Amino acid sequence: MSGGVYHEIIISGYGGQGVILNGSILGKAATIYDKINATLVQSYGPEARGGACSAHVIISKETISYPYVHNPHILISMSQEAYENNIDSLRDGGLLLTDTDLVKRRKNDERHVSYSIPATRMAEKLGNKMMANIVILGYLASLSDAVNAESLRNAVEKSVPKGTEEKNLKAFEKGYKRGEKQKSGTG
Amino acid sequence: MTGVSKKKRLLLQGNEAIAEGALAAGCRFFAGYPITPASEISEVLSARLPQVGGTFIQMEDEISSMGAIIGASIAGVKSMTATSGPGFSLMQENLGFACITEIPCVVVNVMRGGCSTGLPTSPGQGDVMQARWGTHGDHPIIVLAVSTVYDCFDITVHAFNLSEEFRVPVVLLSDEVVSHTRETVTLPQAHKVEIIDRTSPSVPPEWYIPYESNSRGVPDMAAFGEGYRHHVTGLVHDMRGFPTQRPDEIKEFMNRLFHKISNAIKRIQMVKTYMMDDADVAVIAYGSVARSARRAVMDARDRRGVKAGLLQLISLFPFPQHPVEDALRRCRRVLVPEMNMGQIVREVKQVNQWAVRVEKYNRIDGQFITPDEIYSQLIK
Repeated sequence: MSGGVYHEIIISGYGGQGVILNGSILGKAATIYDKINATLVQSYGPEARGGACSAHVIISKETISYPYVHNPHILISMSQEAYENNIDSLRDGGLLLTDTDLVKRRKNDERHVSYSIPATRMAEKLGNKMMANIVILGYLASLSDAVNAESLRNAVEKSVPKGTEEKNLKAFEKGYKRGEKQKSGTG
Repeated sequence: MTGVSKKKRLLLQGNEAIAEGALAAGCRFFAGYPITPASEISEVLSARLPQVGGTFIQMEDEISSMGAIIGASIAGVKSMTATSGPGFSLMQENLGFACITEIPCVVVNVMRGGCSTGLPTSPGQGDVMQARWGTHGDHPIIVLAVSTVYDCFDITVHAFNLSEEFRVPVVLLSDEVVSHTRETVTLPQAHKVEIIDRTSPSVPPEWYIPYESNSRGVPDMAAFGEGYRHHVTGLVHDMRGFPTQRPDEIKEFMNRLFHKISNAIKRIQMVKTYMMDDADVAVIAYGSVARSARRAVMDARDRRGVKAGLLQLISLFPFPQHPVEDALRRCRRVLVPEMNMGQIVREVKQVNQWAVRVEKYNRIDGQFITPDEIYSQLIK
């Protein structure tokens, strides 16, 4: 792919964790605030909650023809099943983000740049574990340049239920700060 | 969402864009029955139509949904329904009624996999011939296919315009991939969207002859309730709208029905081309598969120097004969990938008078055709 910015991202977990919402927030951040192109396709089972699901996001300066992701640059896994199903597809040097408490990673994975964060536990401490996805988005914002952190913040604010903006932005900051610390090796 | 009052970048799903396109085109009546993967169209319109003074009805099934939109259109309101294969089958009888009575309406079919209940959450393109020939008897109809979220908006508007201009039902074919993909899209401002309305009679009610032909072969259409009394029947009718058995009247009527479309084919046929200028291998594709094809064409050029091009069909019927002939005349090989056993490929072969190799590539396992699959066919 030519033309600079190009990221393929898979966000995976189980239904109810806000996986698809995260995909949508990423897409909106790119589309509306970074003014570049994005696509989002989702795969899910017939269950409303609890089934494995994933969001495929592509962010690109160029027009995106094919919206599915086979070898992502970034993989976010919020459940063990989601991790097992997708880890082999993550390309060499790709960025892996997992929930520390929910995913047991393979040992000695030298192919990827791996980070983990207890997102669900942190969200629980903030009062609602349903914000784990937003903690992870903040975490992603600090560890990757796929989209601008400020754009993501704006998109979070615009996408979460009315009245919960402040709490969610707090969750975002928690994740962001944890990422910053880990990046600089102090976390 | 607040609609299309100003130009705005959005991340929109195909189905949402179809709903917005319908609203922009002036659709003010929707009747439907929910079905995956088309339900979001109903969902959006159930919220949006009342905001603009329109009507949304969830019907008991797809037979009545089709009946309801025909009724609304006779009353002068632009109308639409949306469904998937199983519901589209149920609509065929009333769709034929709309064809013979020349009632404008738009029927969206978001194609899924398989026949019968098939594969509700998987994409397919198996309803192409059904869209053309699903209702019995010789009849004219227009069938359009969308491949991007922008298309979903733009071509839906176009579907309404053609339907109104030619007084013919228009079937808009989407598929699970196009309808469920969310994508960056910039919608035009409402007042910049070109809208065509059916022509109303310019004569007083007592002079109105409801099916009298004119230079376009498209009679003026009076809305029920405006004092223009007329008879509407599925039987073959004379120009006053009453059943006829006279061969001369039948022939004239049938010819007009077909000629109003065939005489305007150059206006109706619609394609997009990508890298076709110097292409010697062409992919002819439509719907979501055109997305993969575009990428495959790009890859074949970049990686292998293959002079590939894409001819994307927007209008499937009337079949865009002239652009397809043009591609066949200039290329040594044409590939037609489809998520069915090969439906449009037969139409391509039918206009192939130059012994050009027309190959098909088909997938019927509920999976989307990938760029790599088309690429490997292109570099063979």
